[in-house]
Amino acid sequence: MSTQTAFAVKPDAPAGIALYKGAATKVSAKGGARILTTEQTTKRMAWVGQVTAVRDNKDKAAFAELFAYFAPRVKSFLMKSGASPDLAEECTQEVMATLWNKAHLFDPTKASVSTWIFTIARNRKIDLLRKQKRPEPEDLPWGPEAEPDQADALGLQQETEKLGQALATLPAEQRKLIERAYFGELSHSEIAAETGLPLGTIKSRIRLALDRLRHAMK
Amino acid sequence: MKQIKHHLTDSLLMGYAAGTLPEAFNLVVATHISMCDTCRAALAEYEAVGGEVMLDVEPVTMAEDALAATMALIDNAPKFDVPKAKEHGKGIFPAPLRDYVKGDLDSVKWRRVGGGVRQMVLETSDAASVRLLYIPAGTAVPDHGHRGTELTLVLQGAFVDETDRFAAGDVEIANEDLNHTPVAEQGMDCICLAATDAPLAFNGLMPRIAQKFIGI
Repeated sequence: MSTQTAFAVKPDAPAGIALYKGAATKVSAKGGARILTTEQTTKRMAWVGQVTAVRDNKDKAAFAELFAYFAPRVKSFLMKSGASPDLAEECTQEVMATLWNKAHLFDPTKASVSTWIFTIARNRKIDLLRKQKRPEPEDLPWGPEAEPDQADALGLQQETEKLGQALATLPAEQRKLIERAYFGELSHSEIAAETGLPLGTIKSRIRLALDRLRHAMK
Repeated sequence: MKQIKHHLTDSLLMGYAAGTLPEAFNLVVATHISMCDTCRAALAEYEAVGGEVMLDVEPVTMAEDALAATMALIDNAPKFDVPKAKEHGKGIFPAPLRDYVKGDLDSVKWRRVGGGVRQMVLETSDAASVRLLYIPAGTAVPDHGHRGTELTLVLQGAFVDETDRFAAGDVEIANEDLNHTPVAEQGMDCICLAATDAPLAFNGLMPRIAQKFIGI
């Protein structure tokens, strides 16, 4: 079983960037406690490897690991967004099934696995909880690259990790407000009113953390 | 579309990324992003924030048979879509708008609303409404204020109001503080996509009476 088709470590890849090896990753990502380590980026590249293994080999072990990590978080996110435990459970299973079915659409130079799963969960939330259609923007004219570049993928994963850490170091009160905005507890006009929501701070932290994405998409 | 000057606000981008905006606003946001790479990049950033927020929630235990149930779902090939956009067509409407009109400009079913202005209301959920507006060159939309938020995206031509000039791709975001009289520029008829989460407040008696009939 080859799980390293698209993200095989090149002979000249820096040492220590271990890709998916089929090992479960232990994570300490409780609010505010994230620390900048290469281990965290390695974890993100492992997710990329797992999604690639699902895409290329229908790898059930890799899927089980993604499931074990992400499903409980997706379910929690949906419950915080107003879903009952039963609905959140059902919806989460659909989100994870979508991950399996659409693994070929994932592009690690444009998004971290966490970002991609979030967008799938968000769309199911809109569909199920808000009973709305979701208009999506057009594709960029040049479309996704056929085989994403490993260095670009690694860079994007690192920067997303930096973003997570930047958010984690916000004062607890501000972080809480951001969470509430994403759970749907703040309306658009409440976000716009910026009553305590540190939009400017978030923006500057995003900019610091995600330069690569901005250049890739412009 | 390279000279877009008026962009979406961060609160709208964040709301769209979070999935908490009314459908009518989502349509304006998705249509603008189809025309604007600056906002497209900013959206990707706010989605990354959402991913990080999701990673940091306290995990909730899944049902015991959840993985097996999910594998069964996969075998039954469900059709749940991921964000996957369509490509630009030949007309002037970006893909998300084309979906709502069910075609391009030639498919729009215009209704006269007075003063040469025409509109087509698009079907969305109730929390806000969205319409296409056709404003003949040189024509003014009656002076009005806003009870809530109004987003106006220019698709063709340009309009000018008390604040600035808005050309194709530009979006004007108006709230309670703005009373304005948008006038379509000479030379080309102006077509806009406009969403509002509250009825507009017209300042003259006649427009107010007309409003009852045309539903702006």
